[in-house]
Amino acid sequence: MNGKILKKKQAGLLLILPWWIGFGIFKLYPFLSSLIYSFHDYNLFRQAAFVGLENYMKIIRDPLMTKAFWQTFKYAFLTVPLELGFALFIAYILNFKIRGVNFFRTVYYIPSILGGSVSIAVLWRFLFKTEGLVNMMLSKIGVEPFNWLGNPSGAFWVIVFLKIWQFGSPMVIFLAALKGVPADLYEAASIDGAGKWRQFFRITVPLITPVIFYNFVTQLCNKFQEFNGPFIVTQGGPLRSTTLVSLLVYNHAFKSYEMGMASAIAWLLFLIIMTFTAIAFMSQRYWVYYSDEDGR
Amino acid sequence: MTRKTRGQLYTILRYLVLMIVGFFMVYPLIWMVGASFKTNGEIFSGVGFIPKAPTLDGYKKGFAGYEGMTLLYFMANTYKFVIPKVIVTVISATITAYGFARFQFTGKKFSFAVLLSTLFLPQVVLNVPQYILFDQLGWLDSYFPLIIPSMLAGDTYFVYMQIQFLRGIPKELEEAAEIDGCGIMQRLWYVIVPMLKPSIVSCGLFQFMWASNDFMGPLIYINTVAKYPVSIFLRMSMDADVGFEWNRVLAMSLIAMIPSLIVFFAAQDSFVEGIAAGGVKG
Repeated sequence: MNGKILKKKQAGLLLILPWWIGFGIFKLYPFLSSLIYSFHDYNLFRQAAFVGLENYMKIIRDPLMTKAFWQTFKYAFLTVPLELGFALFIAYILNFKIRGVNFFRTVYYIPSILGGSVSIAVLWRFLFKTEGLVNMMLSKIGVEPFNWLGNPSGAFWVIVFLKIWQFGSPMVIFLAALKGVPADLYEAASIDGAGKWRQFFRITVPLITPVIFYNFVTQLCNKFQEFNGPFIVTQGGPLRSTTLVSLLVYNHAFKSYEMGMASAIAWLLFLIIMTFTAIAFMSQRYWVYYSDEDGR
Repeated sequence: MTRKTRGQLYTILRYLVLMIVGFFMVYPLIWMVGASFKTNGEIFSGVGFIPKAPTLDGYKKGFAGYEGMTLLYFMANTYKFVIPKVIVTVISATITAYGFARFQFTGKKFSFAVLLSTLFLPQVVLNVPQYILFDQLGWLDSYFPLIIPSMLAGDTYFVYMQIQFLRGIPKELEEAAEIDGCGIMQRLWYVIVPMLKPSIVSCGLFQFMWASNDFMGPLIYINTVAKYPVSIFLRMSMDADVGFEWNRVLAMSLIAMIPSLIVFFAAQDSFVEGIAAGGVKG
C-alpha cells in the first residue's frame, strides 16, 4: 500500500514536471532577470553596467515617459468600466426571453474573436479616416467631419472604441452568470412590488459580483498591457497620445535595444498592475458576495 | 397604461436596443466586405456597402503578395506555427491539468499557487529577457519561440481551464479502470480524454484564434520577410507600398480573416461554452 502511494506521488510530479521546467525557463528566469536588467545600463551591443535606480529615476523625470504611464492609466480606467458596463447591460437584455438569442450573441461575439487581429486594426484605420465611414455617418446627422487619427484625444478615443467594440467575451461570461440567478428571487421581489431596475440593482448585481470581479481583474490586467490597437491603428501618435507603456517597452527594447531601460519600464508597469490587482482583491470583502461564505 | 401594454413596450424597446447595437457591431465588417469589391475611387464616397461598379481588382492585386510570395504563402506561414502550437498546447495543458486534478504529491499546494500566480504575471515584464534567451538559444527568426513555451504548458489559462473541467468529472470511472489494471497514461487516454473532449475542443479553438491573431510575438521574433505570418505581412503592406490602393488592403485583410471566421462559425457553441465555463467557475 505504501509503495503504491509513493508511486502515485511520483506520477503526479512527473505529469506536471514539463510545466515546472517551462515555468523555470520561460517565466521565473525571465521574470527575475528583467528585474536585474532594470538596474543596469544594458544595451545588447555593449557590456552591461550596474546603475542602481538610475533607470527608474530617468523614467520619473522624463515627461514623455510619465505621459505614457498616465495615458495607459487613463486608457485602462476608461475602457474597463465602459466595456464591462456595456457588456453587463447587453447581457441583461439578452437574459430576457428574447427570440434569436443565439443570433444576437453570435453577432456581438464576432468582434471579440476577430478584434485582436491586424485585419481589424486595418479596418479601424479606414473607418476613422477623415473621409472614412464614421465621419460619413456622422455627417448624415449633421456632425462636421473630424480628423480622428490626427487629433490626440480623437486618436485616443479610437483605440478606446476599438476595445469597447470587443465587449463580447465579458458579455458571454455575464450572460452565463445571469442564467445562474435563481428565478424565484425575482418572483418574490416582484410580488413585493420591486420594479425591474430595483430588482437589477438589488438582486442581480449583488449575486453576480464574483463574476464582475473576475471580469474586472482580468480586463484591467489586459488593458494595462494593450499593444496591438495603439501600435497598428494609431502608431502611438499623434503627439504620443496613444503611446501606451507597452509601446514604450517595445520601442526601448526592440528599436534602440536598451534592454535595461525597457526592463525598468516593464517592471514599473508590473508593480502598478500588481498594486491595482491587490487593491481589487482586498476590496472584495466589501462588495463581492460569495454564496459559500468561505469564498475562495 | 395596462401592465400588458407596458410589457409589450419594454419588449419592443429591448429588441430595438439589441438591433441598434448589433448594427454597430457588424456593419463595419459588412462594409469591409462591400468595400473590398469597390473601386478605390468609390470606397470613401458613401456609407453604403454595395459596390456600384463591382471589381475584383483588390483581390487580384491582394493575392499577388510581395516579391513573388503570394498572400496565401504568408497565410501558410501563419498556420505553420499556429497548428503545431494548438496541438502542443492541448496536449501539455491536459497532461498538466491531469497531474494537478487527480494526484496527490509533495508540494502540490505550492505548485498550484505558483501556477495560479502565473495567471496574473504580465507578459510585458518577460518580453526582454525572453528575447535575449531566445537569441542565445539561436531561436530568433524561427517559429520555436512561439511554439516551445506552449509545449511546456506555458499557457496557464488553458491549464487552469482544464483543471476546472476535470474537477467536474466524477472519479469513479478512473477508479474502476485502475482496478482493472489500467496504467496512468491509459486512464488519461481512454477515460479522461473522451470525457474532457468538450473542453479540449474549446481550449484548442481559443488557442487557434489567439495564436492566429498574435502580432507582438512574430513582430519581435521573426525578421525575415519570407517567414512573416500574414499578420505582420498585412501591417507591412498597410504601411508601405499601397498608398492609395485601399481595396487591395481591405481585400487582403478580409482574406486573412477567413480561416478564423470559418473556425468560429463551425464551432460557435464550443467558444461560448468554453468562455462561460472558464469565467464562471474561475
